[in-house]
Amino acid sequence: MLKNRIIPCLDVKNGRVVKGINFVDLKDAGDPVEQAKIYSDGGADEICFLDITASNENRNTIYDVVEKTSKKCFVPLTVGGGVRSVDDISKLLNCGADKVSINTEAVKNPKIVVDSSKKFGSQCIVVAIDAKKNNNKWEIFTHGGRNNTGIDAIEFAKKMEENRAGELLVTSMDRDGTQVGYDIDLMSKISSKVNIPVIASGGVGNLDHLVDGIKLGNASAVLAASIFHYGKYSVKEAKEYLNSKGIPVRI
Amino acid sequence: MNITIVDYNSGNISSVINSFNEVAKDKANIEVTSDLNKIKFSDKLVLPGQGSFKSCVDALNKINGLKDALNEFAIINKKPLLGICVGLQMFADIGYEETETKGLGWISGKVSKIDNQNGKYKLPHIGWNQINIVKESKIFKDIENNSHMYFVHSYEFIPSDKNVISATTDYSSNIVCSVEKENIFGTQFHPEKSDKTGLKIINNFMNL
Repeated sequence: MLKNRIIPCLDVKNGRVVKGINFVDLKDAGDPVEQAKIYSDGGADEICFLDITASNENRNTIYDVVEKTSKKCFVPLTVGGGVRSVDDISKLLNCGADKVSINTEAVKNPKIVVDSSKKFGSQCIVVAIDAKKNNNKWEIFTHGGRNNTGIDAIEFAKKMEENRAGELLVTSMDRDGTQVGYDIDLMSKISSKVNIPVIASGGVGNLDHLVDGIKLGNASAVLAASIFHYGKYSVKEAKEYLNSKGIPVRI
Repeated sequence: MNITIVDYNSGNISSVINSFNEVAKDKANIEVTSDLNKIKFSDKLVLPGQGSFKSCVDALNKINGLKDALNEFAIINKKPLLGICVGLQMFADIGYEETETKGLGWISGKVSKIDNQNGKYKLPHIGWNQINIVKESKIFKDIENNSHMYFVHSYEFIPSDKNVISATTDYSSNIVCSVEKENIFGTQFHPEKSDKTGLKIINNFMNL
């Protein structure tokens, strides 16, 4: 039976983890490689890096991080943030990323999804959708949630499936950082409209939120950042909890 | 021992390279090349493959003499070869992804789309699934039945002779996820992304 995945996400800026796990035995809390290794040893089904480096001159730092991590972690590694071109994707894959997530550029230039899937296979192309509720619909936001495009999120999700995205990483901008749980409505609507896997993101504050994301939101995988970073829960605890709620996980 | 990972522009192979290097340490020399002479004198070959059946076969055919070199290695000289994902699928006679495409024809059978039962199952089949070992295979030494492996694919290999199947996985139906025919081994899942259990399979292949 296919298991639901738990994916811890690390925000990386200038090659350093911004929000990190506060483990006492950690030699360097800012080292993404070391943190990713802790997650993969703890049973993370995949690792996600979100590069939030703002300045162009430091953009290359992520390649070094990916290269080092991929030599130590033997679970899938997804990298997103600032991906603008097929060439960016190629560089990340060559450094050892298994999947690349495309956000703003997929909205500005949806053809990048077609082109990159054709070139590298859709298995490594994840489209990240940042959506915010506006009246009765969800609209796509880009540039890390700063720009409202007015594009309907559900229509966009369908379009990305047509463009051969392998997976969709759906983040609710209303919930992101609030720790009150995923936007279940948004997740289940998108999941029911597309036939590719949906990864739920944004808003996790406790383990029941992960359960809801899968059971009610019909997500194939759940992504979380802060509940793991601050050591509130370990990946192992999360998996055991999901298992106790009847959700199939890899233990 | 020399192990060659066949580099024929079949997509992203860095994880395959990293995992083999991790397992090899000092016991094997890992080459990543499409150099026909190097392939010929290797002890073992790894045939990765990502993207579509057609794109991988096309990429393979684009390199002059590569198909013959692989045939000589695996069929005539019967040296160990491991196909991963589309690398395994290409063992088939024919594949139906994008358009009908001829495979290597090493293991009789076809590659067709997984039946998603009218949308009941999402495709690609992405994530960790358990393998059901149906036949003793050398690459499964010390691998427990029902171990989890990482999958990502939408097409499945359906061999004509069921005796070649060494493991299946349950997704919509029993999907063939590992084959062994004499010196030819293949996994539909990605041992290079399947954590410690996956590395063990790579180690088993290296120890053949």
